[in-house]
Amino acid sequence: MLSIKNLHVSVGDKPILKGINLEINAGEIHAIMGPNGSGKSTLSHILSGKSGYTVTEGSVTYQGKELLEMPPEIRAREGVFLAFQYPVEIPGVSNIYLLKAALNSIRKHHGQSEVDAMDFLTLVKGKVRLLEMDEKFLYRAVNEGFSGGEKKRNEILQMAILEPKLCILDETDSGLDIDALKIVSEGVNSLRSTDRAFVMVTHYQRLLDYIKPDYVHVLANGQIVKSGGAELALELEEKGYSWLEDNQVAA
Amino acid sequence: MSASAQEVNNLINQEYKQGFVTELETNTFPPGLDESVIHKLSKIKNEPEFMLEYRLKAFRHWQTMKSPKWAFVDFEPIDYQSISYYSAPKRKEDGPKSLDEIDPQVLEAYKKLGIPLDEQERLAGVAVDAVFDSVSVATTFKGKLKDVGVIFCPISEALREHPELVKQYLGSVVPHTDNYFAALNAAVFTDGSFVYIPKGVRCPMELSTYFRINAANTGQFERTLIIADEGSHVSYLEGCTAPMRDENQLHAAVVELVAMKDAVIKYSTVQNWYPGDKNGLGGIYNFVTKRADCRGDNSKVSWTQVETGSAITWKYPSCVLTGDNAVGEFYSVALTNNYQQADTGTKMIHIGKNTRSTIVSKGISAGKAQNTYRGLVKVLKSAENARNYTQCDSLLVGDKCGAHTFPYIEVKQPSAQVEHEATTSKISEDQLFFCQQRGLSAEDAVSMIVNGFCKEVFKELPMEFAVEAQALLGLSLEGSVG
Repeated sequence: MLSIKNLHVSVGDKPILKGINLEINAGEIHAIMGPNGSGKSTLSHILSGKSGYTVTEGSVTYQGKELLEMPPEIRAREGVFLAFQYPVEIPGVSNIYLLKAALNSIRKHHGQSEVDAMDFLTLVKGKVRLLEMDEKFLYRAVNEGFSGGEKKRNEILQMAILEPKLCILDETDSGLDIDALKIVSEGVNSLRSTDRAFVMVTHYQRLLDYIKPDYVHVLANGQIVKSGGAELALELEEKGYSWLEDNQVAA
Repeated sequence: MSASAQEVNNLINQEYKQGFVTELETNTFPPGLDESVIHKLSKIKNEPEFMLEYRLKAFRHWQTMKSPKWAFVDFEPIDYQSISYYSAPKRKEDGPKSLDEIDPQVLEAYKKLGIPLDEQERLAGVAVDAVFDSVSVATTFKGKLKDVGVIFCPISEALREHPELVKQYLGSVVPHTDNYFAALNAAVFTDGSFVYIPKGVRCPMELSTYFRINAANTGQFERTLIIADEGSHVSYLEGCTAPMRDENQLHAAVVELVAMKDAVIKYSTVQNWYPGDKNGLGGIYNFVTKRADCRGDNSKVSWTQVETGSAITWKYPSCVLTGDNAVGEFYSVALTNNYQQADTGTKMIHIGKNTRSTIVSKGISAGKAQNTYRGLVKVLKSAENARNYTQCDSLLVGDKCGAHTFPYIEVKQPSAQVEHEATTSKISEDQLFFCQQRGLSAEDAVSMIVNGFCKEVFKELPMEFAVEAQALLGLSLEGSVG
């Protein structure tokens, strides 16, 4: 589904990613771990199309297409979803309005008609229950006055409704207490399917207690320095990142 | 890639959909202004003697005045001798008796604007007065309104049919000496709407006037007078458009509202005069005086305006809260794009006891536009327990535009409470990227964010207008992002 080949990315003159290689197939969950400043967020931004980055080398193909050539809204309509680390507030725009506009733009892209108002409401209310959210959230302005946990749940709600193919979760666990973390994880787990892939960017192992990855990759200094199964995360929990960073310097 | 700050500034391709010209035979005065023109104007409209005297008095006063310079707008001096002060589609002697007698071209023009004048095709519940250049061409549902005693007609007709009413109220809220453009309007106004709601009547439908400037090199000077007698209730809407032309055209209107005891007037405007092209060429100068007198106790006037058009907008719909417990409201969205300039706001003059006023102003500036809020809250010694709440928010799109706020507060009564809140924000790249990441185009995202910003004002608009206003905002911002 996603193939990253020798990807080099800079911000200004400063190289951030220095040759990433990663293959992700449908149905898989990949965790990208690493210390602060290792380039984790840059990777999720570059995949979703945020401006301000320069690709100096390499390529990313997504479902056989050149991902980096698509504007961000086309990537979204093609099924790339980023759950933001810091979801923005949009005063005056209700959550339900944004959801409907987003869903319809995606449907239109695929040649489908706009969603029927009643069907939409049924769909949204079902997902709201799944994430144990209050229906009132739907009519509040997007993220305005939401707590950290509510904002993250709101991201997962959007994901559940838009049903993307490639879900990128950027530090979804940050700012969540244990109850919220469970609910968010259950939401994500319910979306696991054979035709959907997840990339989870996280600093800590604890999210992986709830969402079990198939692969764990450790990012350090802009490169993947180690890949393994779920057990690698536990090893990291125990030893920290320094032994890998040291390794890399030695290599 | 998502819209960068530079792309946000890339203001192009704005389309003005009402920019067509209707070709028809007109009766147009040659350009120029002197007392003979006013005599001619008064005669062609078959006005009573007092009106001619009023016009001449205003004209003589205007000649002693100078064009004001205090507004935060910039334009070349207007040559008042190069403007024609009357232009009307040619028609039969007494004016059209029915739609069949109106020039089909004029009917077609209104149809194109989405304002069919045929009552069968109209939205039920909205009566329309259509003002084309200097004259009213049709007023719908007049009969139905007459049944409940409501007078809704062109002001030129009111001058002939109800001269005593017009004489009593005309100039009683905005005197001919009020300001430069009000004086000019009093001298040369051509048409506009007249509304009288009798005691205790709740007007059964929305009243609206649709102003259309068509002829070139003319000015439109319309005059609207609305009187809500004791305990009555009326909601009035106005819309405005003009063809696209390279020359600036002057629109200097005066609107007077009088609310007697327990009366309620709701006045909504969607102003979409031609704003000029993307380089700032052409467009309407919209210099308007709008004022309401809440004359009776417990009266209420609510102004709601959505200003997206005009090269320059200069207007301050105001409320003089004379009666005790009177309420004044002002809800405004002013959007400027490209080289548009707007200096707009309100004045709330508290005279009666327990008077209350609310001001909610939303200014949006994009491109190289300048957007100014200017507001006065004045509480006189007599206005015990007066209250005012002002909220004034500015939103910037891009980094070449300006937003300015000039609030004036004068309080002479110690028991008064006056609050003023102001914010300035920018559509952030993060907001845009977030929306794009959910599948929205950058333009749809800006339109959605702007509509969200204006929500508090839109909810004050009557339904049909709210939809139109939202669409208009989207249109006016077209091309404001890469």
